[in-house]
Amino acid sequence: MVQATKNFFIAWLSIFKGGPKYYLWLAFLACLMGVGVYAYIGQAEHGLIMTAMRDQVSWGFYISNFTFLVGVAAAAVLLVIPAYVHNHQPIKKIVLFGELMAITAIIMCILFIMTDLGQPLRVWHILPPPIGMMHWPTSLLAWDVLVLNGYFILNVIIAFYVMYKYAHGEHYEMKSVIGFLIYLSIPAAISIHTVTAFLYNAAFSRPFWSASILAPRFIASALCSGPALMLLVFQVLRKVTDVEIEDKAIFRVATLITYAMAVNLFFLLAEVFGSFYPGTAESVNIHYLFFGIDGQTNLVKYIWTAVACNVTAFVLILNPKTREKFATLNFALVLMIVGIYLEKGMGLVIPGFTPDVLGEIYQYTPTATELLVSLGVWATGAMIYTFLVKFAIPIHTGKLRFASGEHAVTAKRAVIDDVTSEKA
Amino acid sequence: MKKTKDERRALKVNRRTLLKGTLAAAAATMLPLNRADASFSDFWESFFQKHFREMTEAEKEKVVARLEKEYEEKYKIAIKVGIEPAMPGVLFGYGLDLSRCIGCRTCEYACVAENNQSIDPQIHWIQVLRFKKEDPKFPDFEHAEKYYNAALAPQPGYFYMPIQCQQCENPACTRACPTQATWKEPDGIVTIDYNWCIGCRYCMAACPYGARHFNWGEPHRAPQDINPNTHYLGNRPRYRGVVEKCTFCIQRSRKGKYTACVEACPVGARKFGNLLDPNSEIRYMIANKRVFRLKEDLNTSPKFFYFFDFGGTR
Ligand code: SF4
Ligand code: SF4
Repeated sequence: MVQATKNFFIAWLSIFKGGPKYYLWLAFLACLMGVGVYAYIGQAEHGLIMTAMRDQVSWGFYISNFTFLVGVAAAAVLLVIPAYVHNHQPIKKIVLFGELMAITAIIMCILFIMTDLGQPLRVWHILPPPIGMMHWPTSLLAWDVLVLNGYFILNVIIAFYVMYKYAHGEHYEMKSVIGFLIYLSIPAAISIHTVTAFLYNAAFSRPFWSASILAPRFIASALCSGPALMLLVFQVLRKVTDVEIEDKAIFRVATLITYAMAVNLFFLLAEVFGSFYPGTAESVNIHYLFFGIDGQTNLVKYIWTAVACNVTAFVLILNPKTREKFATLNFALVLMIVGIYLEKGMGLVIPGFTPDVLGEIYQYTPTATELLVSLGVWATGAMIYTFLVKFAIPIHTGKLRFASGEHAVTAKRAVIDDVTSEKA
Repeated sequence: MKKTKDERRALKVNRRTLLKGTLAAAAATMLPLNRADASFSDFWESFFQKHFREMTEAEKEKVVARLEKEYEEKYKIAIKVGIEPAMPGVLFGYGLDLSRCIGCRTCEYACVAENNQSIDPQIHWIQVLRFKKEDPKFPDFEHAEKYYNAALAPQPGYFYMPIQCQQCENPACTRACPTQATWKEPDGIVTIDYNWCIGCRYCMAACPYGARHFNWGEPHRAPQDINPNTHYLGNRPRYRGVVEKCTFCIQRSRKGKYTACVEACPVGARKFGNLLDPNSEIRYMIANKRVFRLKEDLNTSPKFFYFFDFGGTR
């Protein structure tokens, strides 16, 4: 058992072995990460004044990205439910890669929070006593820390346990503890996005965020963008690695996305109507978002691009003919990701602050520092996912199997070399 | 293959030095230490400093001594950091006579002089808004002006409304804070521990009055302009990356003095006192004037009362 566990970790060395293309990809990501680190050093040196955020708009691009990525993390349920609850075999085969993406997305969420903090080294103050002074259950941010970490740990345990079992040629029992954890991960996924929506709801001084449809809309949009991102990544995976992903699985998920998008657009309509029609003072933020105020139209381009993307994507994915053709499907998926990235990011966080609580309009546009640091975080996420997937694929395809017992020690080197030599 | 290995090593080393650089830069610039030559024990104590409310009196004294030393080395003047607790039987309240205010912003600058706000980047705890009198949409903040020229005020056709922390009895900000770095003291003042705040700015999103301000950059203030009489929870010099706001001049009010803004106002528009004292001026004002509070529908229950006296703007 001890030896087997050791082997499992030694097998991680395989992530550093690959063909020239693999190294090129890593080098590319490392460059982007370097750019991000460089920009972050500038921010660490001068403070958040390097960003475009000010007292009027006190959260910006970082928190926008955070919000989007919570959605990506939560979206793994769209694979978990058909895979485990409905036992849909083609999806069951790929659910692992969804869970790994959830893990990656949460790490990125944490990175975005860290880059946004004014005093990042004090982040431990948020831990529960006796270490920190976590303000639980009152502060929604404390809740968010709790559920995000809980969901992260849950996914790490599930994904690694499943891989460990596979690597030893075994299967896991849904009736065991791990089965329970897998079921638990479903409400946990919903909870992370719900709590994040409540975090905005709770700031009751910002009418733009107080719609009670915010949380349902968060979930609906997350179930579009997250799986869309996964489907694109899966297609890349099956192209550049020997992992098999059936078309059936992809189209099944695409169908699910269609439902989610229909619900999402419906919720959007409900929210826009509810906020617009009364024309009360509370409508001013949504007015600024969609039309601008007195010629100050900073966000208008983002939101209408988002609407156009989402509607076009919906039309393409609704029609079975275009949904089941990869060219049009992928186009729809890209549109969907762009649309929801804009809508959940710039279209949600910034208009909450514009106009601010004293009616001032501060037009926020992210600075180069913010863009580059964010690019760095995205590259870090891509790197982490690459490593996770690189490790998981040989286990998934059955190339990496540990012998148990005495031969294990001698076997391990051979196994690793074997696995890695076959990689591109 | 060999070459890639070397390359990889080079890359790794590079990344490691980069990382080290970042960490060093982060540590050097983010820690609440203002000296390059800080001793390790000071560094340690500063980093692991407890939450203010968790400290014993002895620990508070020790922390204050360290802070005073740090400030002296940074600003080359002696700065006194007080820790006076709330007085029993006191709940501070504020009144502002809108019919007297002339929009001159004297209070705003008196506040900056008293409370050691950063001059560059500029932080002001008081904002004065200008409203058009005949604007049918009052009290609609969207039609208020924040950047009017105070030298020309008061101008006919306008009235002025100063806004600062409303010291809510039911504050939105303290509920939001994930680390309890901001809380309401027994005398009703909402305070911040600048050494505990992580700078997440959730409190700023929560505050309905735009009262909280963030140190986006390193706060700058010339040593000769520093007010050396400070309070730990009030006007002691702040750090980059933390939130600050009006504290009813805690360093003065807890010693029984008026706030700087009350003293500075040339037309006597500002009133300050103990809400629990039935004979106080503030209680008289609440009982006898037409009083309102901002955004009452939010149930934050401000202890900052606006009122109209007889007649209009003088
Ligand atoms: S005005 Fe804002 S900062 Fe002041 S106590 Fe109320 S919510 Fe907090
Ligand atoms: S910025 Fe500071 S005071 Fe405000 S919520 Fe965050 S930790 Fe609390």
